[in-house]
Amino acid sequence: MNHILKKLETALLALAVLGANAAWAVNDLPGGPAVRQLNLHPPVTKIAEEQVWLHWFMLIICTVIFVAVFGVMFYSIWKHRKSVGHKSANFHESVKVEIAWTVVPFIIVILMALPATKAVVASKDTSNAELTIKVTGYQWKWGYDYIKGEGEGIGFISTLDNAQREMSNSGKPEPTDDYLLKVDNPLVVPVGKKIRIITTSNDVIHSFAVNSFGIKQDAIPGFVRDTWFRAEQTGDFRGQCQELCGKEHAYMPIHVKVVSAEDYTAWVAAETKKMAAKQDDPSKVWTLAELTKKGEKVYAANCAACHQPNGKGAGPIKALDGAAVVLDADAGKQINVLLNGQNVAMPAWKQLSDTEIAAVISFTKNSWSNQTGQLVQPADVRAARQ
Amino acid sequence: MSAVLDPHGHGAADHGHDDHHGAPHGWKRWVYATNHKDIGTLYLLFAFTMLIIGGVLALLIRAELFQPGLQFVNPELFNQFTTMHGLIMVFGAIMPAFVGFANWMIPLQIGAADMAFARMNNFSFWLMIPAALMLAGSFFMPGGAPAAGWTIYAPLTLQMGPSMDAAIFALHLLGASSIMGSINIIVTILNMRAPGMTLMKMPMFVWTWLITAYLLIAVMPVLAGAITMTLTDRHFGTTFFNPAGGGDPVMYQHIFWFFGHPEVYIMILPAFGIISQIVPAFSRKKLFGYASMVYATSSIAILSFIVWAHHMYTTGMPVTGQLFFMYATMLISVPTGVKVFNWIATMWKGSMTFETPMLFAVGFIFVFTMGGFTGLILSMAPIDLQLQDGYYVVAHFHYVLVAGSLFTMFAGYYYWAPKWTGVMYNETLGKIHFWWTLISFNVTFFPMHFLGLAGMPRRYADYPMQFADFNALASVGAFAFGIAQVFFFFFIVLPGMRGKGQAAPQRPWEAAEGLEWEVPSPAPFHTFDTPPKLNKDANRIIA
Repeated sequence: MNHILKKLETALLALAVLGANAAWAVNDLPGGPAVRQLNLHPPVTKIAEEQVWLHWFMLIICTVIFVAVFGVMFYSIWKHRKSVGHKSANFHESVKVEIAWTVVPFIIVILMALPATKAVVASKDTSNAELTIKVTGYQWKWGYDYIKGEGEGIGFISTLDNAQREMSNSGKPEPTDDYLLKVDNPLVVPVGKKIRIITTSNDVIHSFAVNSFGIKQDAIPGFVRDTWFRAEQTGDFRGQCQELCGKEHAYMPIHVKVVSAEDYTAWVAAETKKMAAKQDDPSKVWTLAELTKKGEKVYAANCAACHQPNGKGAGPIKALDGAAVVLDADAGKQINVLLNGQNVAMPAWKQLSDTEIAAVISFTKNSWSNQTGQLVQPADVRAARQ
Repeated sequence: MSAVLDPHGHGAADHGHDDHHGAPHGWKRWVYATNHKDIGTLYLLFAFTMLIIGGVLALLIRAELFQPGLQFVNPELFNQFTTMHGLIMVFGAIMPAFVGFANWMIPLQIGAADMAFARMNNFSFWLMIPAALMLAGSFFMPGGAPAAGWTIYAPLTLQMGPSMDAAIFALHLLGASSIMGSINIIVTILNMRAPGMTLMKMPMFVWTWLITAYLLIAVMPVLAGAITMTLTDRHFGTTFFNPAGGGDPVMYQHIFWFFGHPEVYIMILPAFGIISQIVPAFSRKKLFGYASMVYATSSIAILSFIVWAHHMYTTGMPVTGQLFFMYATMLISVPTGVKVFNWIATMWKGSMTFETPMLFAVGFIFVFTMGGFTGLILSMAPIDLQLQDGYYVVAHFHYVLVAGSLFTMFAGYYYWAPKWTGVMYNETLGKIHFWWTLISFNVTFFPMHFLGLAGMPRRYADYPMQFADFNALASVGAFAFGIAQVFFFFFIVLPGMRGKGQAAPQRPWEAAEGLEWEVPSPAPFHTFDTPPKLNKDANRIIA
């Protein structure tokens, strides 16, 4: 099979139109797309293996039928032309033939359905998972919460690398192997364990998909759905949101890091420690410098994609630089916008912590031409939440 | 034979006769049109205009996707393009074009003087104009055009600006127009056939439209329900689809696809009818298995009601649901296969010639079948988990909608335009149009299969760089395809409309059968004022 694919690839390469892009120095991304990839991703789960097999099975049957049927048609076109003097025959009915070409395809379809049924049943069996992770779709990032199994309690948000988002906007992205696939916090799972993924969403429908695992599950607001995988090798595997979810739909990639059991245990330990350290005391009173420093990071990860790093916004996105609501002495207005969203373009950000919201508001109030000197404390945000 | 024809009317150019018989003058002829031929022309021109608008949107999409990175538009505008491209092509181009063919050809093919409800016919056409203006004009509304995809899934629709309401209103108007058109077609076919034309002697195009019209009446109200609930969710505090109030976004998808899947067949069944007339004509041989074609069309129509959730395998259905919809979907390939086999059996041992209509018909059978096979592959739920909402799906439905519906419309145009305009198109230019269209179509959409298998999601304004080459290739193909259709308009359609070219004989095609070839070219303004007397096969007039 691979041999055929390579040949096909070479043939396609010969198409001169490709010249413009072929010069780009981009390499295959292991666990993600390969350059000019022609087939499904190399499978790393039993389910994906089954899918790849089924696809070949279907492709071969369909190709054979296609060649046979159109072989007949082109033979007829060649032989039964008026220009070669063929006189038309008179038949236009045959019950026997009609029954044959109804029954035979019916049997073929049943034969196709048998292996597919097996795969459907297997892919739906989410019982006996060793680790359960809740995946939440946000506009436009993924939230991961480890809710059962080793690492229980760990939770974080995973966002596209902002530099790559900037590159996209520039219209001239540098050749990058993981372009639009690099995130700040990948989902980490142990190899060889059955992982159950529970999906839901905070706003609109998203879809969580990793091609190498053969999983794709919509994340639906107000509802919980599940799927599962058991990765059979370690490595980095990529996916992207598959259901149109608004403006930044193309910019919420999925990165799953499959690690050995020991590495996973070590990662859980480190992550737990990090979370403990991050647990800030919500009643702590911060200085302006501390808050803007933290706020700058929160801004880059969450706000810059739309409002731009210079705070000027773009198109329908409002500017923050010089905005009345940012400069207003009453910080409550801005807190309200962040917690509840505004109009249709600005989503609610209530999933951020009190400290993060306080920090990012303080940052916007003291950046660019905004020099209000005001600061918002986490306690203010907490009060506004209630 | 001339006794059955209007003695006065000799086409649009012939004014000055009795008002009742000749074509009215000027703008009134079109605004007050009640003649099925004029309304058919209006429908076809409208559909072509929308095809060009939708095509320009498609080219804007392909221009943006030519290279990684955002060069021309922001992602918000990109989503508006994909949404409006879909809505305009489905509701503005493909559906009205087939209604145009129906208006022109059904009365001519069944020997009726006109459509049953001539004024309703006028109304169903003119309703589409405000709808089209609202759809195309939505780009200029605050917040831009709707950007939730042509499927307008909740709850994303709740985040859209006021243009969403305009689009909902436009879809309501188009739906009302379609329902009226369908009622008109059904009543015309069932009541106004010339004596002797029994149901099982009707031309295949009439048969497929009869079935399509029933499908339309069954499902357009379902769409109306879905979008009305969306509207009340947006403005009147209901929460049908809004989870915040206990609504269910997946219910929207069920309702939408209960409309949406029959809609797919609404867009392809009339195409099957056109092909079933062109293939026998140029094979100089009767259609093979007429009765089984009728049964296959009906089976497809009935099955189309029980397969909708194959669009929703990834929403998380129970395993039994997934299996049911998978089996039902795979079953559709059986009657569809019967049709393809029948067409090939019709060609077998014929005496074929390959004028442009036949080229497009054979091109259709070949390329549409590829779309059919990818459909079968997609119907397998486990494979669909890899391909759902990706470019493989985009490739699949363009193979069946562009190479399916659009190619047949071209075939139908070349086949019937001599009867409409009274002049022959230029055969060389027609052949150039065919090969240019066929090749550029495949250059555009074939690489999308690879992109889909490699995991590129649809409706993406920017993509990982590994996908760059196939995207560049698809964009080049798309522009070539677009130019081919401009060529079609200026070198085929326009000369025809101006009456330039060789005069068409009454029977431009040697072996074409049917009552439309019993009237002169161009078809007079009024035909079959009194019912014609037909031969045994109901395809010739004998008195």
